[in-house]
Amino acid sequence: MNRRPRNTPQITVGKTIVSGSTSGDHKDHRTTLKNPDSEPLPNQPGSFLHDGLQAAWPICLGYFPLGLALGVLAQQAGLGPWWIGLMSLLVFAGSAQFIAVVMIAAGSSPEAIITTTFVVNFRHFLMSSALAIYLHKVHRGFLSLFAYGVTDESFAVNMTRFRQGDWDKRSALLVNQTANLAWIISTVAGGFAGSFIPVGAYGIDYALPAMFLCLLVFQLQGRIYVLTALIAALFAVGWYLIIPGDSYVVVASMAAATVGFFLKRRYARLKGSA
Amino acid sequence: MNFPDYLLLLFGMGLVTYLPRWLPLFALARRRLPQWLVDWLSLIPVAILSALIAPTLLTDSAPRALHLGKPELLVAIPTLLFALKTRSLGGTVLVGMLLFWAAKSLL
Repeated sequence: MNRRPRNTPQITVGKTIVSGSTSGDHKDHRTTLKNPDSEPLPNQPGSFLHDGLQAAWPICLGYFPLGLALGVLAQQAGLGPWWIGLMSLLVFAGSAQFIAVVMIAAGSSPEAIITTTFVVNFRHFLMSSALAIYLHKVHRGFLSLFAYGVTDESFAVNMTRFRQGDWDKRSALLVNQTANLAWIISTVAGGFAGSFIPVGAYGIDYALPAMFLCLLVFQLQGRIYVLTALIAALFAVGWYLIIPGDSYVVVASMAAATVGFFLKRRYARLKGSA
Repeated sequence: MNFPDYLLLLFGMGLVTYLPRWLPLFALARRRLPQWLVDWLSLIPVAILSALIAPTLLTDSAPRALHLGKPELLVAIPTLLFALKTRSLGGTVLVGMLLFWAAKSLL
């Protein structure tokens, strides 16, 4: 049933195609973990700080307008700056927080909000699975702290660096935590600015659709992804029009991924790849 | 929503967000997911994002009905092109907001 060798996970997130493919790849990262000498500046104190911050700043830059927008939206939905800041601290998940704010404003039940959050954020399960390969034998306390900051963006950055083989796990943690800090600060700032910004001003209603569109673009790594996206859109619109409630996201995404999965498998068979 | 209810909601959201991030790192470092599951999961992000955005662009919400030619859809085209060209998340959000603002003011 399985055509590819068992140790060939390929996961695509952001601009990165992540594949722990051949045994060569494995040797690569293991050597790196065991052998810090292969790093450019092995023992220089603070170099992991410099590397981590340098990798984190583009994420922070991207988070700032988003966080501001979320803070403003939250303010308009009746959640004050510190309330949304607390959400950024306890949940730390961009798109899920936007959705939660919209659902809170619409008076959705906590059960519905938590279920939606779970579904929207379940993709991180996949990312953490991929990251686990590079954090083999790392202390479990460290992993538990690291897990908190696994987002689409930090995953894309850290995974790229891990695969290059020169990435200190402390730098990776720093990327996560710096991004988190930027996120909390920007959402709180947005909350304070929100009281001065009228509802719907400056196209802030479109921050979420625009973010989804861009993240969608990052995901389009080949024909099968484009096809899956189109199928998901079709299913989602159909289900949304027929069935009341928010189940269209779960149903359409799982159905589309399943169709895409079988199409990909059939395509691989037609190509006759072994 | 009062503060204790909100806090409870946040703990719920935090828990269901943290567990999927934590579990594979904690438990899976020595094991691997079956390949078919990895393949299937790799299509989930693109499917979720598309399913989330499509009804916003293509339908009215109250009452639910197909609506082609909404400003949301019209603005999505240049926004998508900008994202493809620049691959900048923050930039795309700002451009999308600006275009939508302009579209709303003009229409």
